[in-house]
Amino acid sequence: MKQTPFHACHVRAGGRLVDFAGWHMPVQYASILEEARRVRTGCGLYDLSHMGRVRIEGKDRIAAADRIFTNHIAKLKVGDIRYSLICNEQGTVIDDVLVYGETDAVFVVVNASNTDRDLAHMRELVKGFDARVVDLTEELAMCALQGPLSEKLLARSVVEKEALSSLGYYKLMRGTVLGMKDVRISRTGYTGEDGFELYFPRQEAERVWDALLASGGSDLAPCGLGSRDTLRLEAGMPLYGHELSEEINPLEAGLDWAVKFAADKPFVGRAALERVKAAGPQRKLVGLIAEGKRIPRQGYAVRHGGADVGFVCSGTFSPTLDANLATAYVPTALADGQTTFEIDLRGTAIAARQTPLPFYKRQS
Amino acid sequence: MRPNDRRYRESHEWAQKQGDVLAVGITDHAVEQLGDLTFLDIKAKVGQKVKAGDLIAEIESVKTVADIYAPMDGEITAVNAPLGQDVEPLGQSPFEKGWIVKLRPASAGAYDALLDAAAYEKVVAH
Repeated sequence: MKQTPFHACHVRAGGRLVDFAGWHMPVQYASILEEARRVRTGCGLYDLSHMGRVRIEGKDRIAAADRIFTNHIAKLKVGDIRYSLICNEQGTVIDDVLVYGETDAVFVVVNASNTDRDLAHMRELVKGFDARVVDLTEELAMCALQGPLSEKLLARSVVEKEALSSLGYYKLMRGTVLGMKDVRISRTGYTGEDGFELYFPRQEAERVWDALLASGGSDLAPCGLGSRDTLRLEAGMPLYGHELSEEINPLEAGLDWAVKFAADKPFVGRAALERVKAAGPQRKLVGLIAEGKRIPRQGYAVRHGGADVGFVCSGTFSPTLDANLATAYVPTALADGQTTFEIDLRGTAIAARQTPLPFYKRQS
Repeated sequence: MRPNDRRYRESHEWAQKQGDVLAVGITDHAVEQLGDLTFLDIKAKVGQKVKAGDLIAEIESVKTVADIYAPMDGEITAVNAPLGQDVEPLGQSPFEKGWIVKLRPASAGAYDALLDAAAYEKVVAH
């Protein structure tokens, strides 16, 4: 199993480490629910170095990126960040990513489980352009501060405090962090809270981790991927392998806003997705609240009128809402916000009602 | 070392002699692997005859759901119904407050065939 540059910190802190997409990652340090509550009310520190970090360089990098990604990269200004899909020619999803506009490159953060496949796909697609795909995953560490106290706590370690404070959501800046110059700081995250993601040289990782925790005092604690998954689901954010896959297109996933059919945007999968758009998606992703104490899980059947009509993508107990939540694909006609379903929880039928996504939205 | 006043199964159940019945629960290792517990669904009913390996309960955590099996043939004599309302005592104290069912074994030798604490320790160490 691969180890991130923070691995020794997780071992020292007694984190529970599991295999996640080939990486030895902390799923939790103490309680997943406590860590989730911490991020909703205070601040948590996450190691995200398993995620893939990629630079697309070269004169034609924008044109190449607009072929690879569904969102409109030509419109991206330096310092802007956009969520995007990578689709195949069938219009289904190879990965979901964040694309960062930089002065001399397009910077992309991809899912750990898809990094190798994404790199191969991107390298194939840039062949017709003056562009190169450079894998920075091994040389950069990546961590995140997530939670309402993130700005206050990170400011203690950043020289450019005013720029940090005025940095907008989904924007990127470069700053001096704990003595490291030119660190990428993005106001992004996967929890539905305010927060920042930092990218810096891997040899600094342990020092930065310990210094951030020391400066945060009791307001900051390391959190594991278990809480991150619960938080992202509460916030209605898709997870590749659950809400997204090569069996699913972005329009049925409700991600129309990240797919741009502009005239100068010939992305892979466009023709297929234009057909889906014209006909309307056959099924839609919905949010469900399950009755009772049992948690719906990925793959459980969703029933209506005695027939299987869909399947659960993700489920969790939500500490924020004190309810058992699930996402599921159901036929478009039933995705009306009203229709109720039954979820087959290992042979027991549990009633589930629709609720708008996201389940949770922070007060801003 | 885990308590040696009881026996264990490789699937992380324990059984403890209490008079002529056995109390059955799951180990601290199982609890730790499951993570935050949310719910215990006791499937077995008092008076029910079970065979070794039969499903007697399902336990849910935030991340997963796991089956709990009867450690031997026997008859269920009691279920810890309050744990079905609040699973927390099982998470806090799996060996003391976490008994799930009591069972009258069909044969006397079945208990001795289970793992002792030292043997279970080796299972967990893997």
